[in-house]
Amino acid sequence: MSILGNRVLRREDPKFLTVGGTYVGDLELPGALHVVFVRSPLAHGVIRSIDTDEARAAPGVVGVFTNADLGAGPMTPMGMVNQSMVRPLLAEGRVRYVGEPVAAVLAETHAAGVDAAELVAVDYEPLPVVVDPVTAAETGAPILFDDVGTNIAFELNFGEDPSFFDGCDVVVRQRILNQRVAPCPLEVRSAVAEMVDGRLRFHASTQAPHDVRSTLARYLGMEESAVHVVSPDVGGGFGAKGGVYAEEVVVAALARNLNRPVRWTETRSESMLGFGHGRAQMQDVAIGATSDGKIQAYRLNVLQDCGAYPDMGAVLPFLTRLMAPGVYAIPKVECSSRSVVTNTVPVTAYRGAGRPEATAAIERAIDCLAAELRLDPAEVRRRNYIATDAFPVTTAVGTEYDTGDYAMALERALEVAGYEELRAEQARRRSAVAPDLSSEGAGGGLAPRSKQLGIGLSSYVEITAPMGGGEFGAVEVKPDGKVVVRTGTSPHGQGHATAWSMLVADAMGVSLEDIEVVHGDTDVVPRGGGTMGSRSLQLGGVAVSQAAVEVVDRGRQLAADLLEAAPDDVVLDKTMGRFHVAGTPSISRTWAELGAASLDRDGQALQAEVDFEAPGPTFPFGTHVSVVEVDLDTGQVELVRHISVDDAGRVLNPLLFGGQVHGGIAQGAAQALFEEFRYDADGNPLTANLADYSFVSAAELPSYEWTYTETPTGKNALGVKGIGEAGTIGSTPAVQNAVCDALSHLGVRHVDMPATPVRVWEAVSAASSSVPAAAAAARSEPANATNGGA
Amino acid sequence: MKVEVRINGRSVAAEVEPRMLLVQFIREVAGLKGTNIGCDTTSCGACTVLLDGQSVKSCTMLAAQADGLDVMTIEGLAPDAGDGSAPGATALLHPVQRAFHEHHGLQCGFCTPGMVMAVTSLIAEAEPGSLDEAAVRVGLEGNLCRCTGYHNIVEAALAAAREAGVAAGATE
Ligand code: FES
Ligand code: FES
Repeated sequence: MSILGNRVLRREDPKFLTVGGTYVGDLELPGALHVVFVRSPLAHGVIRSIDTDEARAAPGVVGVFTNADLGAGPMTPMGMVNQSMVRPLLAEGRVRYVGEPVAAVLAETHAAGVDAAELVAVDYEPLPVVVDPVTAAETGAPILFDDVGTNIAFELNFGEDPSFFDGCDVVVRQRILNQRVAPCPLEVRSAVAEMVDGRLRFHASTQAPHDVRSTLARYLGMEESAVHVVSPDVGGGFGAKGGVYAEEVVVAALARNLNRPVRWTETRSESMLGFGHGRAQMQDVAIGATSDGKIQAYRLNVLQDCGAYPDMGAVLPFLTRLMAPGVYAIPKVECSSRSVVTNTVPVTAYRGAGRPEATAAIERAIDCLAAELRLDPAEVRRRNYIATDAFPVTTAVGTEYDTGDYAMALERALEVAGYEELRAEQARRRSAVAPDLSSEGAGGGLAPRSKQLGIGLSSYVEITAPMGGGEFGAVEVKPDGKVVVRTGTSPHGQGHATAWSMLVADAMGVSLEDIEVVHGDTDVVPRGGGTMGSRSLQLGGVAVSQAAVEVVDRGRQLAADLLEAAPDDVVLDKTMGRFHVAGTPSISRTWAELGAASLDRDGQALQAEVDFEAPGPTFPFGTHVSVVEVDLDTGQVELVRHISVDDAGRVLNPLLFGGQVHGGIAQGAAQALFEEFRYDADGNPLTANLADYSFVSAAELPSYEWTYTETPTGKNALGVKGIGEAGTIGSTPAVQNAVCDALSHLGVRHVDMPATPVRVWEAVSAASSSVPAAAAAARSEPANATNGGA
Repeated sequence: MKVEVRINGRSVAAEVEPRMLLVQFIREVAGLKGTNIGCDTTSCGACTVLLDGQSVKSCTMLAAQADGLDVMTIEGLAPDAGDGSAPGATALLHPVQRAFHEHHGLQCGFCTPGMVMAVTSLIAEAEPGSLDEAAVRVGLEGNLCRCTGYHNIVEAALAAAREAGVAAGATE
């Protein structure tokens, strides 16, 4: 019986539960110097001078460095982006956001470094600041890169067809804010660098150690073979630890230049201003449909805030565009985007990276359309899903979806939620409190006072492993029968040690305890793409699984030689973990015997290395239903239920699957209701620590009602899709839609995220001051309508 | 200044700077790295330990304030389980640790030591029959986790509470 698909407890847990993980900041490194960064207090300014004399003379200080001292960098943007927007490792000539590192102090203790950093005198000349991306895109806005002459870093412009909405009975428009958030893995950034036998050894808190290796080599001007990167335990990443940060390159450069061990761990407050932010899109949607709710055309224009330097954030709209139509069969789709730099923390990938934004836009648009047509949002979705028998299907933006069954996920979610009863309860609450709202005049101007119920739906489809590429996996049988697995993925909470062990145990008939999974060391694992974009299982897991199958083939061949039988006659008894000739189980060879025999006889280990390349990405999907209570007096929103039905193909371990979804739901709900990284107009951060930033806690969330279905993909032999980001993608719009739904009878059409009490209260107040109009509008027949902005 | 703290039953004494925090004393002086630091505003709870049996965030106090007191960190909860790697070690875990394992209450593990200590204290201080889901959620408000969405942490806490006889509606 196969272990695959079973709820197998994590092999990783005991260490974390007893002595804790070994994170970069936990590593002992005798004699290491501490780096402390001097950061810009100004959002935009010219650096007139940097005086380091006093800091250099301070006790315990080894050196103070500015960019020119490093002999490394600058960092260049990704291929598609304006190549002139380069980033020096430490600000040179100009600072572009509060928190930008300007100088690095190297000291014998961290405390001495902190004290000395205060003594570095930087003379700034303030420049006009631009925080709002809409302003940044306009002519006349303050320019961040003078020689570029524009703030636009990247554009996807496909033009606009003037006849785009011809034939539509109704066109609904809405401006939607997908606000800037802070990813906040619980472990902040940390790095340890030292020279060992002429090579740089760099311990990184990263999702992609091989990428760190090549990036450091490039910016330091070293050979890749002279860089050794190790990623020990990592305390979460969520996409924002997928790249390399300037501070990390500085740490490496100092270790190399001084030939001394160097370490750095930021504080959380530094992290909020240095670690990449996520999302930060302004979206204009326009959706056109027939009067019976069949969508004919959908336009999405994205304005992406990149922050001060175009990092991964600049190209998020590329991913947004790929998934713009979501789960719907829409004949015409237009999606253009503009990515602009602003005087804020650079934006990078955050759980979903561009795809949650696509889903948020279309799912909000669907609800706006449903409200306009006075149709049930579930019914509008049903009428527009890509048909289950249409797969594989290529959407209007050219993305090819592998498999899906969107209607099934919806019906299942509605059933679990008890949708009809919820709607009945909603109606009861509405009428109990405001029986007179629909009758003109009576109750006009007075908002009903009570807790209203909101029910939000979101049907999502996601592209996982969107960047393609392959993954490395190796399986080796040791002479003692232990199996060592090497993987190019780089888990930081996902449970690959458990999952990959299950795959190997299933293929080889060895017990989980006899399998060791090695990752995150570039000297041991030759190549790897890391863990991001929900790629790990469908690429890395499949590579490991294939390697195990190859090892079984080799083992069978070897056993046949030793048993003097034909390989075809030799079978693997998976319950015992040994090979024998069919029909004569008493004469057999164990994995240990074969591992030893391979070394003895052939002088090489019994092993297989595989580089698996998938023919394409996969597309998990599902439907989330969110139920909120909104207190009309206070604007307070409480998430009372969250139901999710998720389908990521075949399921390897439902325990891990559920864990990924749960975490995603919380992050999505947090964005919908609580979290926002905010700036004032001068570019001063207002949420720069965990006391001010509304990091979601257990007290604000319910338990989730999660269930899954299995629609396999044909893109890999295991039939698996990615699941790391789906929870966030599905949950965010479901929660937001629930808030809007709770207020819809008051004439509220849209509330931006996060739906804070102030925002909700203002929306209710604005609507109730025009209740007669809203009530009248609610009775009128659908017509061409414009809601919100352009 | 000289500070002496009993940590997991072992006396640790050292000459330290007056500004040293208890969490730094635990990590740097006692060398116990299980207790983590996740913030600088006493918001995250990653540093939660038991001080004379009560849970505290060890970044909220100076090492000097713990002078002469008893601290228990994650490493002291089930010393027989060692680092958990020996065969059968999971059977030696503290009931709260075991509940986290059985209910997948951890992913990256960074919040875990603080979370486990917080749950341990929540259960120790609860009246019989008093801990329901709402009480657990409110009780863990000061312990942040970015990975689990709290669902399985709450499940684990309720399972451990049932075992300890303090869960609401528990019949044991
Ligand atoms: S480190 Fe103590 S509460 Fe965050
Ligand atoms: S398990 Fe990662 S922060 Fe809680």
